[in-house]
Amino acid sequence: MTEKNNITVHLNIWRQKYGEKKGRFVKYSVDGISPHSSFLEMLDLLNESLVKKGEEPVEFDSDCREGICGTCGLVINGIAHSPQQAIATCQLHMRKFKDGETITVEPFRAKPFMPIKDLVIDRGALDRIISKGGYISANAGSAQDANAIPIPKEKADLAMDAAACIGCGACVASCPNASASLFTGAKISQYALLPQGHPEAKRRALMMVEQMDKEGFGNCSNHGECEAVCPKNISIGNIARMRREFFKAVLRSR
Amino acid sequence: MKFDAKIPGGPLEQKWDSYKGHLKLVNPANKRKFNLLVVGTGLAGGSAAASLGELGYNVKVFCIQDSPRRAHSIAAQGGINAAKNYQNDGDNIWRLFYDTIKGGDFRGREANTYRLAELSLNIMDQCVAQGVPFARDYGGLLANRSFGGAQVSRTFYARGQTGQQLLLGAYGSLMRQVNAGTVEMFPRREMIDLAIIGGKARGIVCRNLITGEIESYAGDAVLLCTGGYSPVYYLSTNAVNSNATAAWRCYKKGALFSNPCYTQIHPTCIPQEGDHQSKLTLMSESLRNDGRVWVPKKEGDKRRANDIPENERDYFLERKYPSFGNLVPRDIASRNAKEVCDDGRGVNPTGRAVYLDFRDAIERLGKQVIADRYGNLFDMYLNLSGENPYETPMMIYPAPHYTMGGLWVDYNLMSTIPGLHVLGEANFSDHGANRLGASALMQGLADGYFVIPNAIGAYLAGTELPPVSTDDEAFKEAINYVNTKVERLLSIKGSKTVREIHIELGRIMMDKVGMSRDEAGLKETIEKIPKLREEFWQNVNVPGSGDDLNKNLEMAGRLSDFLELGELMARDALMREESCGGHFRDEYQTEEGEALRNDKKFTFVSAWEHKGDDKTPEMHKEELEFDRVTPSQRSYK
Repeated sequence: MTEKNNITVHLNIWRQKYGEKKGRFVKYSVDGISPHSSFLEMLDLLNESLVKKGEEPVEFDSDCREGICGTCGLVINGIAHSPQQAIATCQLHMRKFKDGETITVEPFRAKPFMPIKDLVIDRGALDRIISKGGYISANAGSAQDANAIPIPKEKADLAMDAAACIGCGACVASCPNASASLFTGAKISQYALLPQGHPEAKRRALMMVEQMDKEGFGNCSNHGECEAVCPKNISIGNIARMRREFFKAVLRSR
Repeated sequence: MKFDAKIPGGPLEQKWDSYKGHLKLVNPANKRKFNLLVVGTGLAGGSAAASLGELGYNVKVFCIQDSPRRAHSIAAQGGINAAKNYQNDGDNIWRLFYDTIKGGDFRGREANTYRLAELSLNIMDQCVAQGVPFARDYGGLLANRSFGGAQVSRTFYARGQTGQQLLLGAYGSLMRQVNAGTVEMFPRREMIDLAIIGGKARGIVCRNLITGEIESYAGDAVLLCTGGYSPVYYLSTNAVNSNATAAWRCYKKGALFSNPCYTQIHPTCIPQEGDHQSKLTLMSESLRNDGRVWVPKKEGDKRRANDIPENERDYFLERKYPSFGNLVPRDIASRNAKEVCDDGRGVNPTGRAVYLDFRDAIERLGKQVIADRYGNLFDMYLNLSGENPYETPMMIYPAPHYTMGGLWVDYNLMSTIPGLHVLGEANFSDHGANRLGASALMQGLADGYFVIPNAIGAYLAGTELPPVSTDDEAFKEAINYVNTKVERLLSIKGSKTVREIHIELGRIMMDKVGMSRDEAGLKETIEKIPKLREEFWQNVNVPGSGDDLNKNLEMAGRLSDFLELGELMARDALMREESCGGHFRDEYQTEEGEALRNDKKFTFVSAWEHKGDDKTPEMHKEELEFDRVTPSQRSYK
């Protein structure tokens, strides 16, 4: 907490103007960083100093800053979110860096994620995948009693594991094919595991996979990079389950 | 100004049912002819937009985030209350109602709170049907936990991510309607003004946060679901983009603002460390189920927590409130933590923290059970603080978290501007002076899934709504206001950053309008804030342009509104010469230091009317009538 523990880091940050196709890396140094501050708070500090100098701050997205909203997401030293596993960028702390270290910061890159400005990108493609079936069609007011269908605890727990996805897109950014299979597989899994999801299972698998392809996401080739960077530890087993659901749906629709 | 809460007649238990039975309805074939504008996609806005789409209305929905799934409801951890009595422990609708109205220190509306308790049952049914993966017991049935302010187990939860799972349920339903074409989604839009035509709310003006364009949208009604105003304190548990701008603009256009001084400072947050911080992180209140709160008995005891023997620890909540113990409501837990720290017994090098200790629970239940219940929260704490809560007690301290005050609404959730409906945290209606845990999710979803789909139909069916277009003068005026403000902000080019001024505002607010308030401090605040506002308008430095993504510009606009709202909060707190719930006035306390209400003078909802930028706002009163409960001194002993 004392000032003598404060550190300096050198940043190599991606900057791209709004509306421009090409960006570039720009070097900045930030000093006086408390090791207790988060990575994004370090970027706040950089931006404060840029504003003071009359320069334009580096734009980046963030909101809850506690790892649940999925808004933030940077590639830090080549790794989506953070070199530390199972956290979102906002949960990374400066105590994980050495004084004087150089850090490269880039946006999530994938064809379906259009760059907007600096580190800010458009992930609307993920919403469009959900719109094709990432739900159970239950109109408000039509439900039976909440305890009417018992659900085995193991299934409910597995469904929760899959449902923990925060929709950040790190899986896409880290995949050499820019596949959204972990994201889509997690949603399909959640509802495949729960009895409430069964009536629409076939339609859901077909439509969501079709939309994923339409958006320009690549195929899964079992690299496993997605699971490694996922801030919520979503298992690649969910991709296997998505495939089963998809094949079942294809076979049944013939 | 006259305003009527429009509470239906009849006995409390039958009000909602009989109200629904007598509503005017919109013919199913006519619903698609109505255009509804929903602002915000949290639990209230997301569920409202989805449900209205399901009914067949034409809905446009707006959010500041890049996706509707990211609204700050997502961060709610602990759970959602429902009076299901699945645990056979004596719960029912009346008890949830009573706990909620008592928890709010008898400063809420009976009829609204009762309706909320009734709807809690439907919400749970709805969310399970949507596939929300709630925690279950081995028999496959739903599990419950207990929460502050209640002696029954009625809180349903999805690990420590209940808000996330409920929001994703609402978001799924919303995206289903987007796919069906009933709902059109507009992300990265910030509502900056309201268009009033013929005395009714008929549209909104937004800034497109990517292109900077000012956009107008016309409709038949506006639903404001934009959350609370905790970031007026700068550091809070809210998201960094959470703001009060839309609500504040509606206030300035004639909607009354109620009970702005009722703010909740949540007891279980990770303590503040230094000036670098951009937000504070909440640790779910559910931790108080198994964690024991204590500080050393001795002042200035610098030993490590585990080195302090049992008889030298003061479990102050258990000592002072034996029947509720660590599960007292939030306002009481927070105030007591502040007190022991003021006494010099706080821990952490800052002296502003208390311990939350799981040692006994781990001994009694085993590490695995505790990990199952709170695993993700423990991981989060370890990551943030670098300390392992399985081995050493957590350190916690209160932080601004939720605001009970908000725009005044009647029983139909309509503000004093016809057609402007306000849902969720943005309204004032259901929690009185203090909100109990696991009730915010309940209220957001009750408003969105069940109240507004009924109430909006009655408004639309019973109101003359001639067609309007965005060429109307009201839109031009609003666009002009937004453009002028943006230009002004960008042209100041002073020497202070937006953040520096926000930190200053936060300090004043936390110090004088925080966990305890007094006359002198509040008067001082009412003088100080206008000066800070002046400094802002003369000396802020907003870089960049208004023609593209510019987060500093967004933040500056929001801060300019907080700089006005903060003053209203202080005025409201000064006016209310009593202590109730989250509003604690040092001058008004019992001998034991508990909140002392003055029911004779203050059993009312304050409703402030904007009279012009240079004028003092005028306060109106909605007297609260208690037909069924008798306000009593709130005791948790």
